[in-house]
Formats: sequence, C-alpha cells, structure tokens
Amino acid sequence: MADFLLELLCEEIPARMQQGARGELEKLFRRELDAAGVGSDTITVWSTPRRLALIARGLPLETKAVSEEAKGPPVGAPDQAVDGFCRKNGVTRGELETRDVKGRATYFAVINKPGQAVSDLLAAAIPAIIRDFSWPKSMRWGEASISPESLKWVRPLTGIVALLDGEIVPVVMEGMASGRETMGHRFHSSGPVTIKNADDFADALANAYVLVDHEKRAGIIRDGARKAAEAAGLNVIEDEGLVVENAGLTEWPVPLLGRFDEAFLEVPPEVIQLTARVNQKYFVCEDAEGKLANAFICTANIAASDPAVVVDGNRKVLAARLADARFFWELDQKTTLAQHAQKLERITFHEKLGTVADKVDRVAKLASWLVFDAKEPNGDHNLTRQAAELCKADLVTEMVGEFPELQGLMGGYYAEKEGLPSEVADAIRDHYKPVGQGDHVPTAPTTVAVSLADKLDNLLSFFKIDILPTGSKDPFALRRAALSCLRLVQANGLKLSLDTVVHAWDGQPRPDLASKLADFLVDRLAVQLRDEGVRHDYINASRDWDGATDMRIDRIEARARALSAFLETDDGANLLAGYKRAANILKKEAWSDDVEKPLSYTPEEAEMELAEALALANPKATDCVKYERFEDAMAALATLRSAVDRFFDNVVVNAPEQDKRAARLALLARFRNAVHRVADFSRIEG
Amino acid sequence: MGRLAMTADATAATQPLGAGPRDPSRSFQDMILTLHDFWSQAGCVILQPYDMRMGAGTFHPATTLRALGPEPWNAAFVQPCRRPTDGRYGENPNRLQHYYQYQVILKPSPADIQDLYLGSLRAIGIDPLRHDIRFVEDDWESPTLGAWGLGWEVWCDGMEVTQFTYFQQMGGFDCKPVAGELTYGLERLAMYIQGVDKVYDLDFNGRGTSYGEVFLENERQMSKWNFEVAETGALFDLFNKAEAECRNALESGVPIAAYEQAIEASHIFNLLQARGVISVQERASYMGRVRDLARGSCERYAEQMAPRWAEAYPGWSLV
Repeated sequence: MADFLLELLCEEIPARMQQGARGELEKLFRRELDAAGVGSDTITVWSTPRRLALIARGLPLETKAVSEEAKGPPVGAPDQAVDGFCRKNGVTRGELETRDVKGRATYFAVINKPGQAVSDLLAAAIPAIIRDFSWPKSMRWGEASISPESLKWVRPLTGIVALLDGEIVPVVMEGMASGRETMGHRFHSSGPVTIKNADDFADALANAYVLVDHEKRAGIIRDGARKAAEAAGLNVIEDEGLVVENAGLTEWPVPLLGRFDEAFLEVPPEVIQLTARVNQKYFVCEDAEGKLANAFICTANIAASDPAVVVDGNRKVLAARLADARFFWELDQKTTLAQHAQKLERITFHEKLGTVADKVDRVAKLASWLVFDAKEPNGDHNLTRQAAELCKADLVTEMVGEFPELQGLMGGYYAEKEGLPSEVADAIRDHYKPVGQGDHVPTAPTTVAVSLADKLDNLLSFFKIDILPTGSKDPFALRRAALSCLRLVQANGLKLSLDTVVHAWDGQPRPDLASKLADFLVDRLAVQLRDEGVRHDYINASRDWDGATDMRIDRIEARARALSAFLETDDGANLLAGYKRAANILKKEAWSDDVEKPLSYTPEEAEMELAEALALANPKATDCVKYERFEDAMAALATLRSAVDRFFDNVVVNAPEQDKRAARLALLARFRNAVHRVADFSRIEG
Repeated sequence: MGRLAMTADATAATQPLGAGPRDPSRSFQDMILTLHDFWSQAGCVILQPYDMRMGAGTFHPATTLRALGPEPWNAAFVQPCRRPTDGRYGENPNRLQHYYQYQVILKPSPADIQDLYLGSLRAIGIDPLRHDIRFVEDDWESPTLGAWGLGWEVWCDGMEVTQFTYFQQMGGFDCKPVAGELTYGLERLAMYIQGVDKVYDLDFNGRGTSYGEVFLENERQMSKWNFEVAETGALFDLFNKAEAECRNALESGVPIAAYEQAIEASHIFNLLQARGVISVQERASYMGRVRDLARGSCERYAEQMAPRWAEAYPGWSLV
C-alpha cells in the first residue's frame, strides 16, 4: 500500500473559491480512481492561497489484472457485423471464441487487461484532473496564451508536486514537469522546498512558514483573535465567515490587535463593523458591557519584524474608511428623511412598475388601510402612514449607497436622530424583517403594518405584470416575500381577507389577483407546514369557506392544523375510513339527494342511531366551524365514529326496496355533507 | 513684513540645488524615478505621459491598443488621471481630481511577473517582512473598452497600493497572448512610504518642496472649474464634435486617431457629469455612446492590424 501526494502550486487563489476547489479536487481524483477501479483508504484535501493539496492513503502500487468478456453477434452473422465487433474490441477474428447462448452459437471477445502500475495511472490522471477542473472564473496567461486552447486556471498554475510513496509521478504539461520541489512562504522562505513524501509534506512546508491545513490556520486565527482581544480586556465579536476568509488569505496567519480613534465610535456600531469586515477583513471587539470597542484585529500573513508597523498601517487604512463613514453619517443627517424620500422619484423600482416613490405611495396607502380600515394589526394610523412614507428614504443616503446591506437600519438611526417618534424609527429600521428563517418577526403594530404592506406590494405588483417565480428562478425574491407575509400573519394573529387587501391595494375588486395571491401564499404555507408534518392535502382540504375559496390564510392554516391533529387520533382515522366508504358508495350510485323524508319503513337500530347522532353532531360542527373553532368541530365529528361503524356493520344500503335504499343513501349523503362542512375530506389522499 | 517672513520660511524649508542621493522613501519624484529605473532595467519601453486628458492609465493606447495582437510589448509610464467628480477643492486629505498612476504593461505576461512586481516594491523601500503584502482577489471589467481581466488588488498593511490584472479580453477580442497590467497608485504609495496622512504634505523632490506647493492651487481652481464654471453648452458641443470626428476617423481607416477622439469624448462626458447636467436617464445613453466609440476604435484597430499580425505569426488569428 502506498500514499500519494499531489500539490498544485499557483498564484493567489481567491479566498472565497478555496472550499469549492478542495471539493472539486477530491471529486475529480475519486473519478479517476473509480474509473481505474482503484480504492484508497482516506483522501485529505487542503488549500492555502497559493496551493491545493491532496493526500490519498492506502493506494495499491499496481492494479489487478482483469479479464473482460464482450458478447458479440451470433455465428453466421454478416461479416460486416462481426468485423465491426472485432474492431470495437481490438481483437482479430481468429481470437474470437464461440459460446452457446440459449442454444445459439455466439461470438465472444475475451479482453485481458494486464495489471497497471498505479504510478502510470496517476501520471495520466493528473493532467485530466487539471484540464477538467472547474473554477467559478478562470483565465489564460503567459506565452502559451497566444493560443486560445491554452490551459485555463483560476490564476496562473506554476508547479506540480506528485509523489507516490516518495517517488515522483512524472507529468509533463503546459511547459511544467512534476517534481518534488515546491515553494514555501512568499517572504519567509527562499528557494525551493523539497518534499520527501506525503508524510513529510505538511512538516516541510511548516518549516517554510506555510501551514497547509486550512483548518489549522482557521484555528490559529480564531484562537489568536480571541486571545488578542482578551489581552486588551475585550471580547472579539465572533465571525466564522471572517475566520475562513482570513484563513484563505494567509499561509502563516498572525492575528494582531490595533486601536482606532475613539471619536469614530459616534458612528453606529453596525457601520464600523461592516466597514472593518467587508473592506478590510478585520474582526471587531466589544467591551464587557457588550458595547463596540475602538479596537480591530487584522490577520497578517507574516511574522513581522515589527508588528507595530503592520498594525499602524492597518490602523491608518481603517481610519480613512471610518472617516469616510463618519462623513456620510454627518452628511446624511443634514437632510431630513422626508427630503431624502423625495429623491426616490429618481430611482426606478422596475421598468413596468414605476419609481421607488410610486412604490412608497402604494405601501403607505396599504399600510394605512391595514391599521385604519382592517385594524389588522390595530395600530396608530398617523404613525403608520409616516413610517411607511419614510421607510425607503435611506436608499438615497450616502451611507446606504456605500453599504446597501444597511438599508432600514440607517433609516432607523436617522429617524431617531431627527427626533421622530420611536415607533416610526423602529418601523423604518425593521420593516424588511423577517428576512431569513431564524430572523426576528416584528410585533410592534406600526412595524408589522409597514413590513406587511411592503411585502404584499412586492407580490401584488409583480403578479399584476405577470411575473411569478418559475422553477429555481425567483429574481425578485417573491417566495421569500410570501414566506415573510405568512410569518407576520402567524406571529401577530392577523385575520386578513386577501380579497379585501387586494381591493384596497388596487382601488377596485380584483378577484383574479386575489386568487393568484392566495394560491401563492397557500403554496408557501404548504412548504412551511410540511416541515411540521402537516400534509399538503390537509391544506387542500381546508381551502373552501362558505361555498367559495377561503381568502383568509390564517383560517386555512388553523383548519389544516386541526385536521392534521384530528386525523392522527383513532377517532379521526376511523371517521375518515367511514367517510371514504360513504363517499365511494354515493359516487358509485351517483347519488346526491340528502333530503330527510319521513320513513316509510321501520329503520334498523344502527340506522336510527346514525340519524340521531348526525342530527346532534351536524349543527354543532357547523356552528363551531362558523366561529372558527375547528378543533371543536372535529370533536363533534368524532362523536359520529361509532354510529358510522355500526351502520356499515349492520345496515345494507343497497336494499332491494327502493324507498329503503333511497332513505339510506340520503342518510349517507347527509353524513358526507356534514363532514364536508368541517373540511373537504374528498381532497385527502391515501 | 509678514509676507517677507513667509518667504523666508519657505526658502528655509527648501534645500538648495545641487547633487544629492536619490531617496524613494523621502521623495515622490525619486519614487517615480526608481520605478522607471526598475522597469527600464527589466526591459520595458519607458514612455512619457500621453498628452490627453483621461480617467485612468488603462485608457492610454500603449495599454489598450497594445494589449491587442500577438506582438510582445513591455512598457512603463506615468499617466496623469483626471477624475472631475473626485475633486474636493484641495480640502480632502486624499481625494484629487488630478493624480498620477504608474502603469506597467507586460505582454505576454511573464512567468515571474509577481516576483518582478515585488522586486519593484522592494526597490522603492517596501520590505515585505516589515510590511504585510497580500494579493486579494479583484477582477476588472470595462464595458467601455469591451475588456475584462482577472487579478488582484495588492494590499500593503491593508491598503490597496496596486491593481494587478491579467487582461483576458480587449475591444471584445480574446487577448492572444494575455498581457499583465500593473497600476500603482503613486500618491497613496508615497503617502505610505513617507508616512504622511495628507497628500499635500508629501515631499515632492526630497528637498522640502511639497505636493501641495506643486498642486494645491491647481486642485482648488480645477475643482471650481469642473463643478461650477465649465460652460456646459460648449461641453455638449465638444462631446458631439469628438463623437463625429471619431466616426470620421474610423471611416477614413485611421483607428488610432479615432481612439483619441473616444478618449476625448469620455473625458468631456466626465466633465458633464461633474457639472451635474446629465440626468439619470441620459447618463446610460451617453455611456453607451462613449462605449460605442472606444470599443469601435479598438475593434477597427484590431481588424485593420490583424492581417499583418497573422502574417508575422503564422497560425494566429484575431478571433
């Protein structure tokens, strides 16, 4: 058994691509092993900014000899077919063997593949891996690029180390020959570093100031940042994305703490953190009370002769960035949000949907309607209107221009600074929420109204111009907007009828838009509830209300949940079985009449019992549904279970007497209709 | 009396003429001269600045037009850059409407281009064991020139000091071979090396003449002209004339002359932007017009040169 090392040396690989590249290298290497039928015990992949490395342990030195047979045409087939078969398998006609296949003499070619040295196999595999490697963006370079067919790589590829059990696997491609020499750290090491074998690789590089294991570098950055902060009496604000990014930017990471001018702390902490992180890849720290401190941690790629020089350089750059941020912060405040909002007329929201100012008008109108007319949520009309009118104003501020991810947040800060009511500032800040799965859902009425109006306007605006997500394409994030609507409705117990919402939004009844919106939201609801075990068909069974499609999503959800809980009980499962039996009989007989007529015969006991149980349960269930007490409605249905079971056990529905048959079918029809009033059981699958 | 005293002070700060050692760490111009020496010794043609106003060294024909075609081309030059909207009347410590870029173009990109570049940093006094030098992903794209490339911004202790790009396409054509382009931000680099926080405090000549003495009044007046004074009617007129002349030159088969008019139109457009007379809607249309001129000139140049290139490099073709 042998260990194999492959290292591909190149110019600096973007940090964000390294994880994918490790996966790609392993995938392609496994592809080559599988194709050759070679197994390995373990495969490890590492990356630094300047290299990708793979170590495969437990490879055989030779592949096994194999003998394969290929079945050919029957004896006596036309020469053309037989010759073709020979050509395909690389044998001569004389080498063919004849075997009996189901009584028919048939040609067989026996192909003996001798065992192959794994070194040869790898020598052929490495160029294939390099050529087939897929990068998010790749380039050509150097003299070879005079030809359009020259190798493409993420940045120029400069060297290949390939060692099987310490022996060079010879590869020549693109003017490079594989060997055992690589490069150490760009500045701490000079001249080539010689690698003995796979075991020696990481140590030899570590001696040349390269930590090839990315996890190890991440660990040093994580711990080093923590310790540097502690030494300064602070806590580092943890940021795993930043740890990984810095590990992808360094071969010899050295976290260093620096301080910036305290005066910059007047700028909102989110701005400082974002500037430090996005532009400079620095960590920031907080003090014991959780307040942002005037400290940053940069990760150098050298053990600097004088770390203070590096820290000071970084401090200056950060200071310049923070000075810009403070300039924006102060400049933006010279204009009120209302004045900023006027500039929204210049920003196109969508070519067919007017400007952002137009959108803000619609949102303000709808948010007002929600709190004033629908009273869902029940909030202050004036505050809501003001918040909605200002909610997008920060989009034209310098700060949000620089850091789009601060939208909302900056508006909130500026509103506060302007002295606007806190409800208004909060609503401006939080009206994009909830954004992701775990995001906090607003509950303050003003915020809820603006947030919901904003998202409903997105959905309705795009639906109106027939833009709906298709497959994986959802460029306007409408699915996310719908999910956010649901979560707002759920967290705040809103009872909104979508037809009235759409009427208010469009100024006229728009049943077409309302049903598009309802269908879209119900689809999202189904996805959301599926994770909680509420089946899609239970939702379908809950979509009718009073003879039409239910336009209240909260009610559909409540009913589906009650139905799901009910059908999990024995009573529920049995009742469903009884319902199905009844429905099948009625369907087979094409029967719909459910009118109760005086009986012309003496009913059987079970028949009487069902009629009486139904007379009790039906009005009760109907009443409960009317007041949206779905669990109680289901409980009322549950009382029918034993009567239904006994009816089917003891009563013959298809009695020879026509009057008996008619009366019994009508009884079943009444039972079915009673069930349907609670939920449409016919939509339940299985 | 006061004026006399000031004059006396100024002369005191400026050392007398006479031979002295070159010191790139204390003199802006010595830094430039050191880069010239370095790249000259590396084999580059050292050009003088192009005599037209442009927004970036990449616009220089020695970069754009020479990036096309198979012939080797190694050149280095300083190019003054004009960015009217970046003017701050001399009041911002590092924003200028006129500044210098040092531009190196190496075609084909040599195998040791990174080492060469690092050597140039050492030459101007940046020791990479004292300063943290990093190559951080930064791709480049110029729709105006129909060009894109991959590369990095080079960081020195967290500060971007150079843009490093492998040109992949220019004028819509694949670069065959690929050229490496290095663009040093000279003022930034000098501020770093000299340890000053304001660009105007840079020592220009190593003898006490400051960058401010050379350029501050220029920044004040040019900012005022760019933002407030320039007669917009004349600018619109100039734009249209440059556009018409570009087309005239293209039709007459002199694409280098056409390209100059594209550079001119691009700068006039930037001036109009600074004057704030181009609306958001118009902006896209003007940018499209500039793009048509610049890209059209590059394309025509490449097409016109292609037969000669193909003759000198059998097997080579433009597309």
